[in-house]
Amino acid sequence: MSILVYIEHAEGSVKKSSLEAVSYAEQLAGKINEAEVIAVALGTISEEELAKAGAAGANKVLHVNDEKLTLGIIQAHADAVGQVFEKIGASTLVLAKSSLGDAVAARLAIKLNAGLVSNVVEIPDTTSGYKIKRSIYTGKAFAETEVMTDKKILAVKKNAVELKIDGTPATVETLSLELDPANFATKITGTDKATGEVLLPEADIVVSGGRGMKGPENWHLIEDLAKALGAATGCSKPVSDTGWRPHHEHVGQTGVKVAPSLYLAVGISGAIQHLAGVNSSKYIVVINKDPEAPFFKAADYGIVGDAFEILPKLTQAIKSLK
Amino acid sequence: MKILVCITHVPDTTSKIKFTDNNTKFDKNGVQFIIGPYDDYALARAVELKEQLGASLTVLNVGEAETEPTLRKALAIGADDAIRVNAFPKDSFFVANQIAKIAKDSSYDLILMGRESIDFNGGMVHGMVGELLGMPSVSPVMKLEIDGETVKMAREIEGGKEYIEGKLPLIAGCQEPIAEWKIPNMRGIMSARTKPLNVVEPSDDTVTTSVISYLLPPAKGAVKIIDKDNVEELVQLLKNEAKVI
Ligand SMILES: Cc1cc2nc3c(=O)[nH]c(=O)nc-3n(C[C@H](O)[C@H](O)[C@H](O)COP(=O)(O)OP(=O)(O)OC[C@H]3O[C@@H](n4cnc5c(N)ncnc54)[C@H](O)[C@@H]3O)c2cc1C
Ligand SMILES: Nc1ncnc2c1ncn2[C@@H]1O[C@H](COP(=O)(O)O)[C@@H](O)[C@H]1O
Repeated sequence: MSILVYIEHAEGSVKKSSLEAVSYAEQLAGKINEAEVIAVALGTISEEELAKAGAAGANKVLHVNDEKLTLGIIQAHADAVGQVFEKIGASTLVLAKSSLGDAVAARLAIKLNAGLVSNVVEIPDTTSGYKIKRSIYTGKAFAETEVMTDKKILAVKKNAVELKIDGTPATVETLSLELDPANFATKITGTDKATGEVLLPEADIVVSGGRGMKGPENWHLIEDLAKALGAATGCSKPVSDTGWRPHHEHVGQTGVKVAPSLYLAVGISGAIQHLAGVNSSKYIVVINKDPEAPFFKAADYGIVGDAFEILPKLTQAIKSLK
Repeated sequence: MKILVCITHVPDTTSKIKFTDNNTKFDKNGVQFIIGPYDDYALARAVELKEQLGASLTVLNVGEAETEPTLRKALAIGADDAIRVNAFPKDSFFVANQIAKIAKDSSYDLILMGRESIDFNGGMVHGMVGELLGMPSVSPVMKLEIDGETVKMAREIEGGKEYIEGKLPLIAGCQEPIAEWKIPNMRGIMSARTKPLNVVEPSDDTVTTSVISYLLPPAKGAVKIIDKDNVEELVQLLKNEAKVI
């Protein structure tokens, strides 16, 4: 029996969240005495890049090198991963939560007759039964969940385990599958994507701005700090609602849920709906001119003062550190 | 054209989450329940499509009797009729099975859901129903237009969006800015009282997961306030104490 990990790639690289999923699977394999961790990647990507999954803990990478699968067509990916799962007789599928991963996992739960747990935050407890901790109520609570089926699908949240890149490169084998054209009926006709930026859901540091930034013309202050830190930029909902920033930067209950090691919130009041998107962060820094801003209660470090004065100084201090 | 919108009955986004019965039950005390915010977007878009295309619009919830005010609210916003599957939504597989059974019997052309429920946050039910019905499922959808049999959508992906074209019948998990939330008006509220709300019993009892217990995250320690004229101190703390930069 083996654990299959569905790995995603973008712009020619395996996503960091997918490597985390591989590390998760490696720890899980150690625990339940599974022989092997096998990763599967779909579509065009270099073998050298895929071999890196070995360093994160995969024994082998299966590459379905079919150009039609390069774009993430949900049904086609679900079908391909399902075929591989059955072909290798896997017991568990592990994947990172993402916009594609979630959609694929849900279809596979039915296809494979597998119990699906999403937002997994820990390695399961298998001492009696199969119990696993997952985050619920948008990070406000956890549920210890029992999985009753033999086959399992685990959609893992960022930071569930530490990413360890210390193994040796994996062997990469190409695999071809019979792909049913019916699964390609829903077509991707175009993409509109920021390139070369740190992706918000994957970022280790996030700098976010709120209405306190007064307008899009001031965003260079947020961007400069983010750049100095190698961080992604985020924002509050009113900021994306009014078009100061694109929607995919909107953090919170109705936006992206982030789990960085450091979240810096500037000019954001800390409404409960915003906090719902950031409560999995390891450390939170708040900069706000109002000492009563609710965000300070959720913060580890805070500065009370005017963002327009503090941001340039902070950016400078970070730069001189490096 | 027949549209089905699946809605959840969830604690208001400002609710403090607590548990009772030795952490095995959600504590409803003092909690206000609402239509899930993402389901509310799905419903708002469905009402627009109903007006534009002259479609019929049914709302569906899998839940116990207490969810009926939430279904009535959806009727007040513009749905024509409501269905409640009389069962506690035990897990996403159970819910998906109920929805699929109803959808199969009434063959809807378009099924709209929220991108995720805000209680269990799986974002899984739409995909499961899609697979059960052999229909495409697309999520999270931020734009959806219908042109004859063709559905044109924008789906949010990490760092941007993807444009997708599919054919009806189809399932979409919705999020903003697909439409603006609608607030029921007086006429809507009055008419909702007499619109049909049909209660049906669950068709299948299978679950694949079950919750053993709930727990809350540990309380956060006090914030350390740093003087605004000493940002270097913050940088030192982040480097040496938190070790995150
Ligand atoms: C169902 C629902 C879902 C929602 N989902 C989300 C969500 O996902 N994400 C989200 O963010 N919101 C969400 N909201 C909205 C949320 O309730 C708040 O309205 C929103 O987060 C406020 O954004 P803000 O903090 O940027 O603005 P404000 O609340 O206006 O706060 C601005 C802050 O900036 C500070 N400030 C002003 N000037 C300066 C300065 N010069 N220097 C430093 N600080 C300054 C002020 O003191 C204030 O604290 C949701 C609401 C609802 C009802
Ligand atoms: N109990 C339920 N009744 C009706 N629809 C539901 C129920 N649970 C989930 N859904 C629908 O499925 C979507 C995704 O839910 P989930 O997979 O739980 O995150 C929700 O936004 C709803 O549209």
